[in-house]
Amino acid sequence: MRNRPSDGNTRVVSTVPQAPRVARPLSGRIIAGVARGLAEHLNLPVWLVRLAFVVLTLAGGLGIVLYGAFWVVLPQSVDAVESSNPADADAGDQTDLSAMRLLSVVALGAGALLLLAALGVDVWNGSLLPALLAIGGAVLVWQQADADQRAQWSASATRVARQGAGSAAGVGRWRIITGIALVVVGLLGILVNRAGPAAALQALATAVLLVGGVALVVFPWIYRKWRDQAEQRRQFIRSQERADVAAHVHDSVLQTLTLIQRNASDPAEVARLARAEERALRSWLYAPTGDPMRTFAARLQSDAAEVEQAYAATLDVVIVGDIEIDKEIAVLLAATREAMVNAARHGGGTAAVYAEVGEGSVEVFVRDRGPGFDLSAIPSDRHGIRESIIGRMERNGGSAEVVSRVGAGTEIRLSMPSRTGEAA
Amino acid sequence: MTSSQLRVVIVDDHVMVRSGVRHEIGEHVDIVGEAGDGIEAVQVILATRPDVVLLDVHLPGADGAAVISTCAAQVPETRFLALSVSDAPEDVVAVVRSGARGYVTKNITGPQLLEAITRVAEGDAVFSPRLAGFVLDTFAGAPAANDEELDRLTPRELEVMRLIARGYTYREAASALFLSVKTIETHVSAVLRKLQLSDRHELTRWASARRLI
Repeated sequence: MRNRPSDGNTRVVSTVPQAPRVARPLSGRIIAGVARGLAEHLNLPVWLVRLAFVVLTLAGGLGIVLYGAFWVVLPQSVDAVESSNPADADAGDQTDLSAMRLLSVVALGAGALLLLAALGVDVWNGSLLPALLAIGGAVLVWQQADADQRAQWSASATRVARQGAGSAAGVGRWRIITGIALVVVGLLGILVNRAGPAAALQALATAVLLVGGVALVVFPWIYRKWRDQAEQRRQFIRSQERADVAAHVHDSVLQTLTLIQRNASDPAEVARLARAEERALRSWLYAPTGDPMRTFAARLQSDAAEVEQAYAATLDVVIVGDIEIDKEIAVLLAATREAMVNAARHGGGTAAVYAEVGEGSVEVFVRDRGPGFDLSAIPSDRHGIRESIIGRMERNGGSAEVVSRVGAGTEIRLSMPSRTGEAA
Repeated sequence: MTSSQLRVVIVDDHVMVRSGVRHEIGEHVDIVGEAGDGIEAVQVILATRPDVVLLDVHLPGADGAAVISTCAAQVPETRFLALSVSDAPEDVVAVVRSGARGYVTKNITGPQLLEAITRVAEGDAVFSPRLAGFVLDTFAGAPAANDEELDRLTPRELEVMRLIARGYTYREAASALFLSVKTIETHVSAVLRKLQLSDRHELTRWASARRLI
């Protein structure tokens, strides 16, 4: 149940209203999608909005302030996360694409600096470069906040995506650290530039003390918030799982109970229904171990289930180890199925099936507690055990033995050499 | 009701299961108490000091393993037999490692259950075919890193486990191996001890997943 891939029901339903609202789209963004979001809302071409931001930036930095304000206020649009594969979106966004975008922004900024220098503005000596550094750092941190939010969406939308989250979190941490370092260095640069190194150092010390003090005061509060949130998410996942179980019980168990009531006068049918439901529920709860088309254990389980269904018998199946199905194993499975059918038909309703994948061979034992029979008394022209089990096994390099005594039940022992056999 | 009858407590959170078990074995043993959850189970067991406790693995309040570890020291003469619908290895490991003398699944018939109770009361171990298969699975394959006596089964013990996994009763296993039933019981008890004490990493993994270590 824990590793079950989530189905359609477990998707988180988006709570964002459908009414047109300014939002920052995930695709076609350069920094944070502010310009595209505004352009879509105002029905203007994107380049115009971007140009406006650039012009406003050159005119005293207003563009940057505006952009930052919009970044904080406008939400990211949710739809893109739901429709696209979250793993793809995140991986692509966080490595190649976002690095490319960042690079292009840096290149543009450098170009603008050179242009300004050529125009005679004192770039290198002034506060412009440190200020740009600080802004770049802030952009990095803010972008990471966006990415974290998306990761959270996709983690709650599909629970499978957790594996990739680890490495992404590592990248994210480095981005945040780099961003903060850039901001600190930039601000220090401005300070050094304006007031000299001594004053800058003093200011730094003051700032560290201040930040430390504030952190000390708010830490318990933030920590509690964080813990509450983690707890809420855990409970949410748990309630989702409970809902899964409830839905399944609804579908299948209630259905079976109804059928049982309808067939109350037929004990055999009631037993068959109950057993089938038990089997289904069991395999659902204790997650199937493999693909019945490829692995021996899963195939034997599903064969046993079919035989139980068809002959209203109970087969207790115990399997040790597993192996891939090849030609010989397929023969062994077919013979096992015949043996199980035999036990189900003549074995008094219950039988024990034990299979062991050992080194060099796979063995199967099918034992029932039926009346038993004398093998030599069965006419040799009759198919059944003699042909479908013993003959089949021996033709393919295996062996089969039927041990039966009248009154003491029957055990069919099958053995097939295997090349790849190993105990799991 | 004679004094020679075994005194049994049934612990299961489903009333239907309790009454079903009572109905099946009630004539042959003295059922001195029932409990529907872990807390109640501990109280009933300590108050009645039964010979055998039939214990469900999953219980509200405290699970079967917790019930055993809480009571075992105070009622050393009481034996625990796990009775469960669960096939999950971690459930088996949890309850056996905390001290249950056996593990049977709920589809066991009345007479078989009665035999299991008697056997457990005498201090022997009771393995269902599934538990035997589980033991074989755990102790097969690559040798454990810490390959002490506890981490291996002897060839004889392996043979006995295989026969039980194949659905043989102790008596049938005994006649197949030309041994006495008593010898089979000794082997099974030895396997149970290894299952409880072994360091094999599969066991350790399952046990630590349930915070038993």
